[in-house]
Amino acid sequence: MQFGVFTVGDVTTDPTTGRTVSEGDRIASMVALALKAEEVGLDVFASGEHHNPPFVPSSPTTLLGYIAARTERIILSTSTTLITTNDPVKIAEDYAMLQHLAGGRVDLMMGRGNTGPVYPWFGQDIRNGILLAVENYALLHRLWRENVVDWEGKFRTPLTGFTSTPRPLDGVPPFVWHGSIRSPEIAEQAAYYGDGFFHNNIFWPPEHVQRMVSLYRRRFEHYGHGPADHAIVGLGGQVFMRADSQAAVREFRPYFDHAPVYGGGPSLEDYMEQTPLTVGSPQQVIDRTLGFREFVGDYQRQLFLIDHAGLPLKVVLEQLDMLGELVVPVLRREFEAMRAPGVPDAPTHASLLAARSAVPADDRAPLRLPVR
Amino acid sequence: MTSRSIVVVSAGLSQPSSTRLLADRLAVATVEDLRGRGATSDVQVIELRDHARDLVDHLLTGFPSPKLRAAIDHVLGADALIAVTPIFNASYSGLFKLFFDVLERDSLSGLPVLIGATGGTARHSLALDHAVRPLFAYLNAGVVPTAVYAASSDWGQDTAAEPALADRIDRAARELAGAVITHDPRDRADPFASPTPFEDLLRTVREG
Repeated sequence: MQFGVFTVGDVTTDPTTGRTVSEGDRIASMVALALKAEEVGLDVFASGEHHNPPFVPSSPTTLLGYIAARTERIILSTSTTLITTNDPVKIAEDYAMLQHLAGGRVDLMMGRGNTGPVYPWFGQDIRNGILLAVENYALLHRLWRENVVDWEGKFRTPLTGFTSTPRPLDGVPPFVWHGSIRSPEIAEQAAYYGDGFFHNNIFWPPEHVQRMVSLYRRRFEHYGHGPADHAIVGLGGQVFMRADSQAAVREFRPYFDHAPVYGGGPSLEDYMEQTPLTVGSPQQVIDRTLGFREFVGDYQRQLFLIDHAGLPLKVVLEQLDMLGELVVPVLRREFEAMRAPGVPDAPTHASLLAARSAVPADDRAPLRLPVR
Repeated sequence: MTSRSIVVVSAGLSQPSSTRLLADRLAVATVEDLRGRGATSDVQVIELRDHARDLVDHLLTGFPSPKLRAAIDHVLGADALIAVTPIFNASYSGLFKLFFDVLERDSLSGLPVLIGATGGTARHSLALDHAVRPLFAYLNAGVVPTAVYAASSDWGQDTAAEPALADRIDRAARELAGAVITHDPRDRADPFASPTPFEDLLRTVREG
């Protein structure tokens, strides 16, 4: 099982000091988060993509490329890549390039984005959100699998004789997750392609997450990719830890009360009860996270959000230390012990390459492509 | 025939409130009328005051508390809705609107609805038709023609100038009961139980 961190890259005023970091400092802190995540033994670093203040990561492959050069082992991912407003051709090119530079340590999570004006800023209409995700991904999927693509669609200018370069590393496209909070169509899309499905459950009650994940699992099996419990599932999580749980609550409360996403709403206590947010001791985080398995089944990737709401970098890095030393080693052991036989790990470049090489070239099934 | 579920949403603030009083009268009259047509029914009352804080939280966080979820589920499973609000500043109260703002799109589509309102004087009665009715029209609910407004004075003696409150209640209840009887159970396809097959989504993109 993979463990990692995902960041939205928000520039939020620290409510306890009134200080706001510069964009440059925030970008540097995202890099520091990634380097430290590798250092403490996590498996994945994922960056959001945003095109409006107060968020800084508008150019994920630039950020991830820089991090790739300074890390050895950690998988670089996105949370999420806007499949609706980005040109799928540019996604194909940018991430194949990144994949080469990072030696295959790259996967992506597709998302539609939740900021209305981003659609018109990029020449699209939010009412087409689902259809853009469907069409753009169908094209991206082909660009990574077919050397020469002729294509015509609803939203993008046609392509004749187009080759996306560089070709994916070793001919193996980056693994793709599809992230959606509430759209059954996206769970369906992930299932259709046999891709991963990620539920960023940090703001959501478990029943809702369960509904989305079980739909994905059922349809993954329906489309012939394997049994439902072998589908590839990722979850979000949100934690703040101190050795003493009361100290954790005391320190985190002002950040919770002023955070853009839930400030002014429910109390910290109600929110913790109703969503996976865990503020407390490392043991509480372990217990809570192990509990996720009870409502989604054995899953492959757990990402934590730890660097938002104006928390200072020093505090965030302390959180990473605790994750790496006290939490993740226990989670790895416990999840592994509970995992049903046969449940696969999340695909990596190495595993996808091995799976491909295991089949002689002549016997390889034709790639499963969307109907045209 | 199974029992019809009538859900009452009351946005009264005081307890007891005249809004709840009107809501109860409308509910009893509807149950009676249905009984006259040989149909049994049960009534669930949702006092929005009990959910005020959860409604604001839902608006801010995007998901309901378990208690509010249960209230919303009652409405989603209803065969008829009786919605009653006090009139504040020429319109429904903010609390009333909050509840309908957090419902998912199409939640009320096709649902028979009886609207009612209360106010200090009869001068505000048209707020029902100018503010409350368009809200439910937008939500595609089937609002019955008679909307019942009760001013403070309506709870006293009848005047010759207008039909008594009791008569208006009976007429509205009759309309709602009639709508419930002729109403086909709403199509509540669960998108999680039967998702649109992906081939259909691809076809939509291809064929526009």
